[in-house]
Amino acid sequence: MSLDIFQLLKTRFGDQILESQIRFGQTEIEVSPESIAQIIEHLLTSPETQMNQLLDLVAIDYLQYPNWHGPRFSIVYLLRSLISKCRVNIRIRVAEESISVPSISKLYKNANWLEREAFDQVGIRFLGHPNLKRILNHHEFIGHPLRKDYPITRRQWLSENESLMDEMAMRLKEKGYTL
Amino acid sequence: MGISELPFLTTKRDAIINWGRKSSLWPMPFGTACCAIEFMGVVSSRFDLARFGAELVRFSPRQSDLLLVAGTVTFKQAPILKQIYQQMPEPKWVISMGVCASAGGFYNNYCTVQGIDQVIPVDVYISGCPPRPEAILESILKLQEKIEHPEKHEIAQFQPQEPKFNY
Repeated sequence: MSLDIFQLLKTRFGDQILESQIRFGQTEIEVSPESIAQIIEHLLTSPETQMNQLLDLVAIDYLQYPNWHGPRFSIVYLLRSLISKCRVNIRIRVAEESISVPSISKLYKNANWLEREAFDQVGIRFLGHPNLKRILNHHEFIGHPLRKDYPITRRQWLSENESLMDEMAMRLKEKGYTL
Repeated sequence: MGISELPFLTTKRDAIINWGRKSSLWPMPFGTACCAIEFMGVVSSRFDLARFGAELVRFSPRQSDLLLVAGTVTFKQAPILKQIYQQMPEPKWVISMGVCASAGGFYNNYCTVQGIDQVIPVDVYISGCPPRPEAILESILKLQEKIEHPEKHEIAQFQPQEPKFNY
């Protein structure tokens, strides 16, 4: 990669940027979770990087990971620039006690649903998300199924479907209609 | 004197009603996965479900009498399936197509209903992932046999199970 994103971030954010490594040919930068929204906003708006595409947002549970003693969860933001075609993965580590991380749904439109998925399946709380509710599982579901301590065959019946009018109302308001 | 020259025909009422019912099944596909694609192949010209009188696919439960559940049913969809079944007029039959609808398939996990017979009664199950079109035609023939001779199948293997979950 021609661009050294780690050095760029290091000069701008200092000790908020923890470490960098090349994994499977991709740069992965670990940063501290408090300033994740500012770092990603900087990567999006800075003319050197212009990471204007959020490919994916992944939450990982390290509960039964062998020889692991660090924080339980980790979230990886897979960013790509449509201008320079560069990719970078930003990783933050989150302990179970401080599970709240800042939302980036204002920066990327698709982050809205990706963060809802991470909340639904792993239980990460995204602060500042406009509508943080379950997206894949039904609204009467208790627990977060992709956590490693959730029994895979614990099934939960749904008694009644959601009306989804809360989401519809938000979309209508966005487009300038009133209910 | 041939039968066509007779002005009338005597038969049992049940026999002619059941003959009519079995020869004009109107299916309502509840397609949620790849089994629904296979069902499209059965309806179209190569396998031609019309030969068995079940070609008029209605996408409205109010106009159908055969619910063909094709695909994986999740817990989020189970109330929808129940509602569609309740909207169908009597008499109605259910075919559970494929292993996902019949027993959950390889989705032995937190989100999939382990067989739609936990939600609605099922008349005929089809195995396969997805089943061959011949298997679907076979299930239609089995169902026709069941409709024609309901007394034969009262305690046969096609006896519908009571739903386990009550909405």
